[in-house]
Amino acid sequence: MDNDKKHLFDDPKNIKYVLWFLYVSCALLLVLDFVIHRHVVHDWENLWGFYPLYGFVGCSILVFVATWMRTFLMRSEDYYDNNVAVAADSDKTNINKNEQNTKLGGHDVDV
Amino acid sequence: MMWMFELPPFAPFFIGAIFAAFTRGTLRGAIMMAIPILGAIQLSMIPEGVHLQFAFLDYQLTPFKLDKLSLMFGYVFHIAAFIAIVYSLHVRDTVQQVAAMMYAGSGLGAVFAGDLLTLFVFWEFLAFTSVFLVWARKTERAYAAGMRYLIIQVLSGVILLIGALFYAAENGTLEFGYIGLEGIAGWLIFIAFGIKCAFPIAHNWLTDAYPEATPTGTVFLSAFTTKVAVYALARGYPGTELLVYIGAAMTCFPIFFAVIENDLRRVLAYSLINQVGFMVVGIGIGTALAINGAVSHAFNDVIFKGLLFMSMGAVLHMTGRINGSDLGGLYKTMPKTTILCIVGAASISAFPLFSGFVSKSMVMSAALENGYDWIWLMLLFASAGVFHHAGIKIPYFAFFAHDAKIGASDPPLNMLAAMFIAAFLCIGIGVYPSILYSLLPYDTGYNPYDATHVLAQTQLLFFSALAFVWLNLKGLYPPELRSTNLDFDWIYRRVFPNVLQRMFSAIWEIDARIRRKLLTRLDRSLSFIAQRNEGVSGLLSRTYPVGSMAMWVAIILGVYLFLSFIH
Repeated sequence: MDNDKKHLFDDPKNIKYVLWFLYVSCALLLVLDFVIHRHVVHDWENLWGFYPLYGFVGCSILVFVATWMRTFLMRSEDYYDNNVAVAADSDKTNINKNEQNTKLGGHDVDV
Repeated sequence: MMWMFELPPFAPFFIGAIFAAFTRGTLRGAIMMAIPILGAIQLSMIPEGVHLQFAFLDYQLTPFKLDKLSLMFGYVFHIAAFIAIVYSLHVRDTVQQVAAMMYAGSGLGAVFAGDLLTLFVFWEFLAFTSVFLVWARKTERAYAAGMRYLIIQVLSGVILLIGALFYAAENGTLEFGYIGLEGIAGWLIFIAFGIKCAFPIAHNWLTDAYPEATPTGTVFLSAFTTKVAVYALARGYPGTELLVYIGAAMTCFPIFFAVIENDLRRVLAYSLINQVGFMVVGIGIGTALAINGAVSHAFNDVIFKGLLFMSMGAVLHMTGRINGSDLGGLYKTMPKTTILCIVGAASISAFPLFSGFVSKSMVMSAALENGYDWIWLMLLFASAGVFHHAGIKIPYFAFFAHDAKIGASDPPLNMLAAMFIAAFLCIGIGVYPSILYSLLPYDTGYNPYDATHVLAQTQLLFFSALAFVWLNLKGLYPPELRSTNLDFDWIYRRVFPNVLQRMFSAIWEIDARIRRKLLTRLDRSLSFIAQRNEGVSGLLSRTYPVGSMAMWVAIILGVYLFLSFIH
């Protein structure tokens, strides 16, 4: 193992550089909206910062909704491995058992 | 003039499968690698038209027909087969190697099928050969997932066959051309294609089985089945508006599941559905630009999705882990895989100069030009989303994130070489899209690299990345958790079995109760009778003196005598 070797992102400074590169690029791309004349098909494309805003808001909503979906879709890892044949009457006991067994702290967790 | 008999493109692969069954080691590797190369050369020399046709019962069967649409898929299947074969050169499992060759051949057979019956045959071949790539993982989960996969795939084939028979009855021909949604046949065939295309609700065979296959098997699987379905839709249902809405749904819903999924190959399976959605939208719009977009995106997707599955396969192969929660920091020990994975991620995210950009933008432009504003917004959302889960999440959680301190190294040379070829093609097509465009069915003179497109896409992607960084720094990004997320397959993996189970146990319960009741009734009536007749006073237990017995016998005999006299 080369654990003693220093790697690129072991140094927090390098992570900072990457993030700054991203911030500066984003700012530049916004500025380019003024400089480049775009030929548009849809009216909304004319709005200043439409694509950046759409990308940012779209992704945030995606993550929030997906996180919320976990509250009712998430089950323990071995959910389907439980034998269906015994599951019929013992579905409740199974869930209780899973709640005790997994690190998730139950099947209805909102992490 | 032809240097070789015009062999149907599936034939070399089937012959190769036989060789693969009886050879071992380097020889087998050499034969298997030679077949897609020779096959592609042969394919490039064959002119368009019908090359094999014969009468079967009352119908003309055309097992080998070639035009620009099928040729496009033919080429990419050869490329995909070659890359996947190189990637799996180290595999010693003969079953897998033979199945892979048969599977690739079946894909080729399906896209060059000129009639619906031939299509059906290869449709089922695809199912029966590919399932061995799932089973070869040899885990209990893989066995069960493969079984479910096989049942659904065969069902799709059966529906196709019934549809084809209806089609023959309605139209008097089995020729595979434009079908459209008229009549029972049109709908049946549409549903059959839809199942293989992973339409919403029918999509779980993919997310179920692909992540359970072997590291090399998944690379094969990702290339053929869904793309055959895309080809079939492009031939049978171009311009069917319903496909626009189905496709748009396919681009959007899987990305939510991809964000919270832990198994990184399952994340890729969800994003595979998302990418196929773009193709389905293109086919639904049906203009020359849209069809070009759909077909070229299928071409590119086979390569970049293959690359991503290869990089995750390499991670699984080298570390034995594939869950995001168990991985991280691998860029230190698998630097080459990291870079190759990032190329695939950039391609699927459609960064300018990578292959996804030059094909996806055609579908987006077509949606906008044809007045599908809302669809366009959905596609835009899905584009941002795919960058989020496939472009960032996959490389981030596997190779960066928290360091899981896993002792690993870059994979064997053949795996690296296969990934390198795919990455080279991703960038090559991205930089010189004219190579790809020259193969397309229509000439639209489309140029992806104008300032508007490039700026719009770059803005979208960079601000999506910004959102990821922001959410991560704020601690709002959902962590990778060991979990199963319920999807539609919950219906047939849990609800149905449970309902059946409950139903049967209820029936048994009622049955048992009725039996018990009847038994107690019978018991009671018997004991009632017994009680009434029991004891010294009872009818059956009374004691009679022998004298009365003798008297009664004498009376009977007397009556008997009397009767015999009057007779």
